[in-house]
Amino acid sequence: MFQRLKTLKESPSQTAGPYVHIGATPNWVEITGVWEEDLGLVLIGPDTRGERIIIKGRVFDGSGTPLKDALIEIWQADADGLYNSPEERRGKADPNFVGWGRQPTDGVTGEYRFETIKPGRVPYKDGRLMAPHITFWIVARGINIGLHTRLYFGDEEAANAECPVLARIEHKHRVQTLIAARSEEKGLPTYTFDIHLQGEKETVFFDI
Amino acid sequence: MSDQGSFYQRDRSWHPAAFTPQYKTSVLRSPQYPLLSLENTISEMTGPRFGHNKIGPLDNDLIRNYAKTGDPIGQRIIVYGRVLDENARPVPGALLEFWQANAGGRYRHKKETYLAALDPNFGGCGRTITDEEGRYWFRTIKPGAYPWPNGVNDWRPAHIHFSIFGHAFAQRLITQMYFEGDPMIWQCPIVSTIPDKAGIEMLIASLDRNATLPMDSLAYKFDIVLRGRRSTMFENRMEGN
Ligand SMILES: [Fe+3]
Repeated sequence: MFQRLKTLKESPSQTAGPYVHIGATPNWVEITGVWEEDLGLVLIGPDTRGERIIIKGRVFDGSGTPLKDALIEIWQADADGLYNSPEERRGKADPNFVGWGRQPTDGVTGEYRFETIKPGRVPYKDGRLMAPHITFWIVARGINIGLHTRLYFGDEEAANAECPVLARIEHKHRVQTLIAARSEEKGLPTYTFDIHLQGEKETVFFDI
Repeated sequence: MSDQGSFYQRDRSWHPAAFTPQYKTSVLRSPQYPLLSLENTISEMTGPRFGHNKIGPLDNDLIRNYAKTGDPIGQRIIVYGRVLDENARPVPGALLEFWQANAGGRYRHKKETYLAALDPNFGGCGRTITDEEGRYWFRTIKPGAYPWPNGVNDWRPAHIHFSIFGHAFAQRLITQMYFEGDPMIWQCPIVSTIPDKAGIEMLIASLDRNATLPMDSLAYKFDIVLRGRRSTMFENRMEGN
Protein backbone atom coordinates (compact mmCIF):
# COMPACT_ATOMS: atom_id res chain seq x y z
CA MET A 1 0.00 0.00 0.00
CA PHE A 2 1.26 3.45 -0.79
CA GLN A 3 -0.29 6.69 0.35
CA ARG A 4 -1.86 8.52 -2.51
CA LEU A 5 -1.11 12.24 -2.45
CA LYS A 6 -4.16 14.42 -2.35
CA THR A 7 -3.30 17.03 -4.93
CA LEU A 8 -5.37 18.90 -7.46
CA LYS A 9 -4.45 20.60 -10.70
CA GLU A 10 -4.81 24.37 -10.90
CA SER A 11 -7.86 25.56 -12.84
CA PRO A 12 -6.62 26.38 -16.34
CA SER A 13 -6.53 30.06 -17.28
CA GLN A 14 -8.75 31.50 -20.00
CA THR A 15 -8.46 34.90 -21.63
CA ALA A 16 -10.09 37.81 -19.80
CA GLY A 17 -11.73 38.68 -23.14
CA PRO A 18 -12.73 42.08 -24.51
CA TYR A 19 -15.26 42.79 -21.75
CA VAL A 20 -13.14 42.21 -18.64
CA HIS A 21 -14.12 45.72 -17.54
CA ILE A 22 -17.73 44.67 -17.00
CA GLY A 23 -16.56 42.56 -14.09
CA ALA A 24 -13.50 44.49 -12.94
CA THR A 25 -14.43 48.14 -13.45
CA PRO A 26 -18.16 48.24 -14.26
CA ASN A 27 -18.56 51.94 -13.48
CA TRP A 28 -15.84 52.69 -16.01
CA VAL A 29 -17.96 51.03 -18.72
CA GLU A 30 -21.09 52.85 -17.57
CA ILE A 31 -22.65 49.97 -15.65
CA THR A 32 -23.58 52.15 -12.71
CA GLY A 33 -25.61 51.53 -9.61
CA VAL A 34 -24.41 47.97 -9.02
CA TRP A 35 -21.63 49.06 -6.69
CA GLU A 36 -20.41 52.51 -5.74
CA GLU A 37 -16.79 52.42 -6.73
CA ASP A 38 -14.61 50.16 -8.81
CA LEU A 39 -11.92 48.45 -6.74
CA GLY A 40 -8.31 49.52 -7.08
CA LEU A 41 -8.73 52.96 -8.64
CA VAL A 42 -7.36 54.88 -5.65
CA LEU A 43 -4.17 53.78 -3.92
CA ILE A 44 -3.29 56.72 -1.72
CA GLY A 45 -5.00 59.00 0.76
CA PRO A 46 -3.89 62.03 2.75
CA ASP A 47 -2.40 59.83 5.49
CA THR A 48 -0.44 57.48 3.27
CA ARG A 49 3.29 57.67 4.03
CA GLY A 50 5.82 58.06 1.25
CA GLU A 51 6.80 60.00 -1.82
CA ARG A 52 3.91 60.66 -4.23
CA ILE A 53 4.59 59.47 -7.76
CA ILE A 54 2.74 58.85 -11.02
CA ILE A 55 3.31 55.78 -13.12
CA LYS A 56 1.92 55.55 -16.60
CA GLY A 57 2.45 53.89 -19.92
CA ARG A 58 0.92 51.83 -22.68
CA VAL A 59 0.85 48.18 -23.69
CA PHE A 60 1.89 47.46 -27.29
CA ASP A 61 1.15 44.41 -29.41
CA GLY A 62 3.54 42.90 -31.94
CA SER A 63 2.54 45.43 -34.61
CA GLY A 64 3.33 48.38 -32.33
CA THR A 65 -0.34 49.19 -31.73
CA PRO A 66 -1.34 50.11 -28.17
CA LEU A 67 -3.96 47.86 -26.53
CA LYS A 68 -7.14 49.77 -25.75
CA ASP A 69 -8.88 46.89 -23.99
CA ALA A 70 -6.27 45.76 -21.47
CA LEU A 71 -6.53 45.73 -17.69
CA ILE A 72 -3.47 46.39 -15.55
CA GLU A 73 -3.08 45.44 -11.91
CA ILE A 74 -0.19 46.52 -9.72
CA TRP A 75 0.99 45.24 -6.35
CA GLN A 76 3.67 46.98 -4.34
CA ALA A 77 5.23 47.45 -0.92
CA ASP A 78 4.71 50.56 1.20
CA ALA A 79 7.34 53.27 1.69
CA ASP A 80 9.19 51.06 4.20
CA GLY A 81 9.21 47.99 1.98
CA LEU A 82 6.36 46.16 3.76
CA TYR A 83 3.36 44.60 2.05
CA ASN A 84 -0.15 45.21 3.34
CA SER A 85 -1.03 41.50 3.40
CA PRO A 86 -1.72 38.90 6.10
CA GLU A 87 1.11 36.94 4.45
CA GLU A 88 3.58 39.68 5.38
CA ARG A 89 5.46 38.39 8.47
CA ARG A 90 8.19 41.01 8.76
CA GLY A 91 6.14 43.78 10.32
CA LYS A 92 3.01 45.87 9.95
CA ALA A 93 2.61 47.81 6.72
CA ASP A 94 1.21 51.34 6.50
CA PRO A 95 -2.52 50.89 7.29
CA ASN A 96 -3.28 53.80 4.93
CA PHE A 97 -1.81 52.07 1.92
CA VAL A 98 -3.35 48.97 0.36
CA GLY A 99 -0.61 48.62 -2.25
CA TRP A 100 -2.89 47.15 -4.90
CA GLY A 101 -4.26 49.05 -7.87
CA ARG A 102 -6.22 48.34 -11.00
CA GLN A 103 -6.69 50.48 -14.09
CA PRO A 104 -7.92 49.90 -17.62
CA THR A 105 -5.87 51.18 -20.53
CA ASP A 106 -7.69 54.16 -22.03
CA GLY A 107 -10.17 53.27 -24.78
CA VAL A 108 -8.80 55.99 -27.08
CA THR A 109 -5.13 56.50 -26.25
CA GLY A 110 -4.32 53.15 -24.68
CA GLU A 111 -2.66 54.85 -21.71
CA TYR A 112 -2.90 53.59 -18.14
CA ARG A 113 -2.03 55.71 -15.11
CA PHE A 114 -1.66 55.18 -11.36
CA GLU A 115 -1.06 57.72 -8.63
CA THR A 116 0.82 55.95 -5.87
CA ILE A 117 3.93 56.17 -3.68
CA LYS A 118 7.41 54.98 -4.29
CA PRO A 119 7.87 51.58 -2.63
CA GLY A 120 10.69 50.78 -0.23
CA ARG A 121 13.10 47.92 -0.78
CA VAL A 122 12.14 44.32 -0.11
CA PRO A 123 14.57 41.46 0.59
CA TYR A 124 15.16 38.61 -1.83
CA LYS A 125 15.01 35.06 -0.50
CA ASP A 126 18.64 35.15 0.62
CA GLY A 127 18.27 38.47 2.44
CA ARG A 128 19.90 40.71 -0.16
CA LEU A 129 17.74 43.71 -0.97
CA MET A 130 15.92 43.88 -4.27
CA ALA A 131 15.71 47.28 -5.93
CA PRO A 132 12.41 49.14 -5.41
CA HIS A 133 9.88 47.68 -7.82
CA ILE A 134 6.17 47.36 -8.56
CA THR A 135 4.69 44.04 -9.69
CA PHE A 136 2.48 44.28 -12.79
CA TRP A 137 -0.15 41.82 -14.01
CA ILE A 138 -1.60 42.34 -17.48
CA VAL A 139 -4.71 40.72 -18.90
CA ALA A 140 -6.64 41.39 -22.11
CA ARG A 141 -8.39 39.80 -25.04
CA GLY A 142 -5.81 37.63 -26.80
CA ILE A 143 -3.74 37.07 -23.65
CA ASN A 144 -4.45 33.48 -22.63
CA ILE A 145 -2.84 33.69 -19.21
CA GLY A 146 -2.10 36.86 -17.22
CA LEU A 147 1.42 38.23 -17.70
CA HIS A 148 3.59 39.06 -14.67
CA THR A 149 6.33 41.66 -14.92
CA ARG A 150 7.97 44.33 -12.75
CA LEU A 151 8.49 48.06 -13.02
CA TYR A 152 11.89 49.27 -11.78
CA PHE A 153 12.75 52.94 -11.35
CA GLY A 154 15.08 54.75 -13.74
CA ASP A 155 16.51 56.94 -10.96
CA GLU A 156 17.57 53.96 -8.81
CA GLU A 157 20.66 53.04 -10.76
CA ALA A 158 22.71 51.82 -7.79
CA ALA A 159 19.89 49.67 -6.39
CA ASN A 160 19.04 48.32 -9.84
CA ALA A 161 22.66 47.36 -10.40
CA GLU A 162 22.66 45.14 -7.31
CA CYS A 163 19.12 43.73 -7.60
CA PRO A 164 19.30 39.92 -7.50
CA VAL A 165 16.22 39.61 -9.72
CA LEU A 166 17.52 41.93 -12.45
CA ALA A 167 20.81 40.02 -12.24
CA ARG A 168 18.93 36.88 -13.31
CA ILE A 169 18.29 38.37 -16.75
CA GLU A 170 20.83 36.75 -19.01
CA HIS A 171 20.50 39.09 -21.99
CA LYS A 172 21.57 42.34 -20.38
CA HIS A 173 20.02 44.62 -22.99
CA ARG A 174 16.61 43.24 -21.92
CA VAL A 175 17.01 44.65 -18.38
CA GLN A 176 16.13 48.02 -19.90
CA THR A 177 12.63 46.76 -20.74
CA LEU A 178 11.83 46.80 -17.00
CA ILE A 179 13.17 50.24 -16.19
CA ALA A 180 10.77 53.20 -16.22
CA ALA A 181 12.26 56.53 -17.20
CA ARG A 182 11.63 59.43 -14.84
CA SER A 183 10.12 62.74 -15.88
CA GLU A 184 7.91 65.26 -14.12
CA GLU A 185 4.19 65.95 -14.34
CA LYS A 186 2.03 68.18 -12.10
CA GLY A 187 5.20 68.65 -10.05
CA LEU A 188 5.32 64.92 -9.29
CA PRO A 189 7.98 62.41 -10.28
CA THR A 190 6.45 60.49 -13.17
CA TYR A 191 7.70 57.15 -14.40
CA THR A 192 6.79 55.91 -17.86
CA PHE A 193 6.61 52.14 -18.17
CA ASP A 194 5.64 50.92 -21.63
CA ILE A 195 5.03 47.21 -21.97
CA HIS A 196 5.81 45.44 -25.25
CA LEU A 197 4.12 42.08 -25.66
CA GLN A 198 6.28 41.16 -28.65
CA GLY A 199 9.02 42.32 -30.94
CA GLU A 200 12.51 43.72 -30.49
CA LYS A 201 11.58 45.56 -27.31
CA GLU A 202 9.61 42.66 -25.79
CA THR A 203 9.28 43.18 -22.04
CA VAL A 204 10.74 40.54 -19.73
CA PHE A 205 7.83 38.56 -18.31
CA PHE A 206 8.23 36.30 -15.30
CA ASP A 207 7.13 32.78 -14.47
CA ILE A 208 6.79 33.23 -10.74
CA MET B 1 -3.32 31.08 8.27
CA SER B 2 -1.52 29.38 5.42
CA ASP B 3 2.10 28.33 5.44
CA GLN B 4 4.78 30.70 4.37
CA GLY B 5 6.29 28.34 1.77
CA SER B 6 6.69 29.23 -1.87
CA PHE B 7 4.12 28.13 -4.43
CA TYR B 8 4.39 25.04 -6.56
CA GLN B 9 5.66 26.00 -9.93
CA ARG B 10 2.86 26.69 -12.36
CA ASP B 11 2.41 23.80 -14.81
CA ARG B 12 2.60 25.82 -18.01
CA SER B 13 1.81 22.77 -20.15
CA TRP B 14 -1.57 22.53 -18.42
CA HIS B 15 -2.51 26.14 -19.11
CA PRO B 16 -3.05 27.56 -22.61
CA ALA B 17 0.12 28.57 -24.42
CA ALA B 18 0.48 32.29 -25.16
CA PHE B 19 0.56 31.72 -28.93
CA THR B 20 -2.56 29.89 -30.11
CA PRO B 21 -3.17 30.77 -33.79
CA GLN B 22 -6.71 29.34 -33.85
CA TYR B 23 -7.52 32.23 -31.50
CA LYS B 24 -6.31 34.96 -33.82
CA THR B 25 -5.97 37.82 -31.34
CA SER B 26 -3.31 35.84 -29.48
CA VAL B 27 -0.96 35.97 -32.46
CA LEU B 28 0.18 39.58 -31.92
CA ARG B 29 -0.35 39.56 -28.15
CA SER B 30 1.80 36.56 -27.19
CA PRO B 31 5.32 37.05 -25.83
CA GLN B 32 7.88 35.16 -27.89
CA TYR B 33 10.79 35.04 -25.47
CA PRO B 34 10.62 32.35 -22.81
CA LEU B 35 9.30 33.58 -19.47
CA LEU B 36 12.01 34.23 -16.89
CA SER B 37 11.56 31.65 -14.14
CA LEU B 38 11.79 33.30 -10.75
CA GLU B 39 11.64 31.66 -7.37
CA ASN B 40 8.86 33.35 -5.43
CA THR B 41 9.93 36.40 -3.47
CA ILE B 42 7.90 38.21 -0.84
CA SER B 43 6.54 40.35 -3.67
CA GLU B 44 4.63 37.39 -5.12
CA MET B 45 3.92 35.49 -1.89
CA THR B 46 1.88 38.37 -0.53
CA GLY B 47 -1.31 39.78 -2.01
CA PRO B 48 -4.19 42.14 -1.31
CA ARG B 49 -7.03 40.89 0.87
CA PHE B 50 -10.55 42.20 0.47
CA GLY B 51 -12.87 42.55 3.44
CA HIS B 52 -16.50 41.48 3.45
CA ASN B 53 -17.31 45.11 4.22
CA LYS B 54 -16.49 45.99 0.59
CA ILE B 55 -19.26 43.73 -0.64
CA GLY B 56 -22.87 44.91 -0.85
CA PRO B 57 -25.85 42.64 -0.17
CA LEU B 58 -26.85 42.43 -3.87
CA ASP B 59 -23.35 42.05 -5.27
CA ASN B 60 -23.85 38.28 -5.67
CA ASP B 61 -27.36 38.62 -7.09
CA LEU B 62 -27.19 39.39 -10.80
CA ILE B 63 -30.97 38.99 -11.04
CA ARG B 64 -31.51 42.00 -8.78
CA ASN B 65 -28.34 44.10 -8.73
CA TYR B 66 -29.09 46.04 -11.93
CA ALA B 67 -32.83 45.45 -12.34
CA LYS B 68 -34.81 48.60 -13.15
CA THR B 69 -38.35 47.53 -14.01
CA GLY B 70 -38.45 43.81 -13.19
CA ASP B 71 -36.44 40.63 -13.38
CA PRO B 72 -34.11 39.98 -16.31
CA ILE B 73 -35.22 37.57 -19.03
CA GLY B 74 -33.71 34.11 -18.88
CA GLN B 75 -33.32 30.91 -16.99
CA ARG B 76 -32.71 31.52 -13.30
CA ILE B 77 -29.66 29.68 -11.99
CA ILE B 78 -27.51 29.44 -8.90
CA VAL B 79 -23.76 28.96 -9.33
CA TYR B 80 -21.92 27.68 -6.28
CA GLY B 81 -18.78 25.83 -5.32
CA ARG B 82 -15.52 26.09 -3.45
CA VAL B 83 -12.18 27.71 -4.01
CA LEU B 84 -9.43 25.24 -3.12
CA ASP B 85 -5.67 25.15 -3.54
CA GLU B 86 -3.62 22.40 -5.13
CA ASN B 87 -3.28 20.75 -1.72
CA ALA B 88 -7.11 20.46 -1.72
CA ARG B 89 -7.34 22.94 1.15
CA PRO B 90 -10.07 25.59 1.10
CA VAL B 91 -9.11 29.19 0.33
CA PRO B 92 -11.17 31.42 2.64
CA GLY B 93 -11.50 35.15 2.01
CA ALA B 94 -10.93 34.86 -1.76
CA LEU B 95 -12.51 37.63 -3.84
CA LEU B 96 -14.39 36.32 -6.87
CA GLU B 97 -15.63 38.66 -9.57
CA PHE B 98 -17.77 37.42 -12.44
CA TRP B 99 -19.21 38.86 -15.63
CA GLN B 100 -21.34 37.49 -18.41
CA ALA B 101 -23.62 38.13 -21.38
CA ASN B 102 -27.40 38.23 -20.95
CA ALA B 103 -29.75 35.40 -21.90
CA GLY B 104 -29.55 36.41 -25.57
CA GLY B 105 -25.75 36.41 -25.61
CA ARG B 106 -25.33 40.20 -25.50
CA TYR B 107 -22.93 42.04 -23.20
CA ARG B 108 -23.70 45.44 -21.74
CA HIS B 109 -20.66 47.18 -23.25
CA LYS B 110 -20.35 50.09 -25.67
CA LYS B 111 -17.98 48.16 -27.94
CA GLU B 112 -20.38 45.20 -28.19
CA THR B 113 -22.06 45.04 -31.62
CA TYR B 114 -23.97 41.76 -31.55
CA LEU B 115 -27.55 42.32 -32.72
CA ALA B 116 -29.18 40.41 -29.83
CA ALA B 117 -31.19 42.74 -27.60
CA LEU B 118 -29.91 44.35 -24.44
CA ASP B 119 -31.91 43.45 -21.35
CA PRO B 120 -32.79 46.64 -19.44
CA ASN B 121 -32.77 44.65 -16.21
CA PHE B 122 -29.44 42.91 -16.57
CA GLY B 123 -26.01 44.43 -15.93
CA GLY B 124 -23.97 41.25 -16.02
CA CYS B 125 -21.48 41.74 -13.20
CA GLY B 126 -21.22 40.44 -9.66
CA ARG B 127 -18.76 39.57 -6.91
CA THR B 128 -18.48 37.72 -3.65
CA ILE B 129 -15.94 36.53 -1.07
CA THR B 130 -15.45 32.90 -0.01
CA ASP B 131 -16.37 31.89 3.53
CA GLU B 132 -14.19 30.02 6.05
CA GLU B 133 -14.59 26.75 4.11
CA GLY B 134 -13.78 28.42 0.79
CA ARG B 135 -17.43 28.32 -0.33
CA TYR B 136 -19.15 30.85 -2.54
CA TRP B 137 -22.44 31.18 -4.37
CA PHE B 138 -24.29 33.66 -6.53
CA ARG B 139 -27.55 33.94 -8.41
CA THR B 140 -27.89 34.92 -12.05
CA ILE B 141 -29.54 33.99 -15.34
CA LYS B 142 -27.96 31.53 -17.74
CA PRO B 143 -25.99 33.44 -20.38
CA GLY B 144 -26.61 32.82 -24.08
CA ALA B 145 -24.07 31.71 -26.65
CA TYR B 146 -22.79 34.46 -28.96
CA PRO B 147 -20.92 34.82 -32.26
CA TRP B 148 -17.58 36.60 -32.36
CA PRO B 149 -15.23 37.74 -35.10
CA ASN B 150 -12.46 35.16 -35.36
CA GLY B 151 -13.42 32.72 -38.07
CA VAL B 152 -16.46 33.79 -40.09
CA ASN B 153 -18.76 31.57 -38.05
CA ASP B 154 -17.23 31.12 -34.59
CA TRP B 155 -19.49 31.06 -31.55
CA ARG B 156 -18.66 31.08 -27.87
CA PRO B 157 -20.44 28.46 -25.79
CA ALA B 158 -22.46 29.86 -22.90
CA HIS B 159 -19.95 30.91 -20.25
CA ILE B 160 -19.33 33.06 -17.20
CA HIS B 161 -15.98 34.84 -16.77
CA PHE B 162 -14.33 34.56 -13.34
CA SER B 163 -11.53 36.58 -11.76
CA ILE B 164 -10.09 35.15 -8.52
CA PHE B 165 -7.83 36.67 -5.86
CA GLY B 166 -6.40 34.10 -3.45
CA HIS B 167 -3.95 34.99 -0.71
CA ALA B 168 -0.93 35.82 -2.86
CA PHE B 169 -0.37 37.69 -6.08
CA ALA B 170 1.25 34.49 -7.45
CA GLN B 171 -2.22 32.88 -7.33
CA ARG B 172 -3.92 35.54 -9.43
CA LEU B 173 -6.16 33.89 -12.02
CA ILE B 174 -8.80 34.73 -14.60
CA THR B 175 -10.76 31.93 -16.23
CA GLN B 176 -14.19 30.99 -17.61
CA MET B 177 -16.92 28.59 -16.52
CA TYR B 178 -18.88 26.50 -19.01
CA PHE B 179 -22.10 24.51 -18.63
CA GLU B 180 -22.40 20.72 -18.52
CA GLY B 181 -23.82 19.16 -21.65
CA ASP B 182 -23.15 22.06 -24.02
CA PRO B 183 -21.87 20.65 -27.35
CA MET B 184 -20.46 24.05 -28.32
CA ILE B 185 -17.72 23.78 -25.70
CA TRP B 186 -15.93 21.37 -28.01
CA GLN B 187 -16.13 23.68 -31.03
CA CYS B 188 -14.71 26.82 -29.44
CA PRO B 189 -11.27 28.19 -30.47
CA ILE B 190 -10.80 29.79 -27.04
CA VAL B 191 -11.71 26.63 -25.09
CA SER B 192 -9.35 24.66 -27.31
CA THR B 193 -6.39 26.82 -26.27
CA ILE B 194 -6.39 24.50 -23.20
CA PRO B 195 -4.22 21.58 -24.27
CA ASP B 196 -5.67 18.81 -22.09
CA LYS B 197 -9.27 17.55 -22.19
CA ALA B 198 -9.09 17.01 -18.42
CA GLY B 199 -8.18 20.69 -18.06
CA ILE B 200 -11.22 21.74 -20.08
CA GLU B 201 -13.41 19.51 -17.97
CA MET B 202 -12.26 21.35 -14.84
CA LEU B 203 -13.99 24.43 -16.25
CA ILE B 204 -17.34 22.73 -16.89
CA ALA B 205 -19.85 23.25 -14.09
CA SER B 206 -22.10 20.29 -13.24
CA LEU B 207 -25.84 20.56 -13.15
CA ASP B 208 -26.68 19.74 -9.52
CA ARG B 209 -30.28 18.67 -9.11
CA ASN B 210 -29.85 18.40 -5.34
CA ALA B 211 -29.02 22.08 -5.04
CA THR B 212 -31.83 23.43 -7.22
CA LEU B 213 -34.44 25.66 -5.68
CA PRO B 214 -37.65 23.81 -6.63
CA MET B 215 -39.98 25.91 -8.80
CA ASP B 216 -37.31 28.67 -8.87
CA SER B 217 -33.70 28.06 -10.01
CA LEU B 218 -31.45 25.37 -11.41
CA ALA B 219 -28.05 25.00 -9.75
CA TYR B 220 -24.58 24.53 -11.21
CA LYS B 221 -21.58 23.49 -9.13
CA PHE B 222 -18.20 24.97 -10.05
CA ASP B 223 -15.07 24.42 -7.96
CA ILE B 224 -11.96 26.51 -8.65
CA VAL B 225 -8.40 25.46 -7.84
CA LEU B 226 -5.65 28.00 -7.18
CA ARG B 227 -1.94 27.32 -6.82
CA GLY B 228 -0.86 25.60 -3.60
CA ARG B 229 2.21 26.26 -1.49
CA ARG B 230 4.90 24.09 -0.02
CA SER B 231 4.95 23.43 3.66
CA THR B 232 7.82 25.26 5.29
CA MET B 233 9.46 22.41 7.18
CA PHE B 234 12.55 22.09 5.02
CA GLU B 235 12.67 25.60 3.72
CA ASN B 236 15.10 28.23 4.87
CA ARG B 237 13.45 30.97 6.80
CA MET B 238 13.49 34.29 5.11
CA GLU B 239 15.64 36.97 6.66
CA GLY B 240 13.76 38.87 9.31
CA ASN B 241 11.40 36.01 10.15
FE1 LIG C 1 -17.35 36.21 -22.93
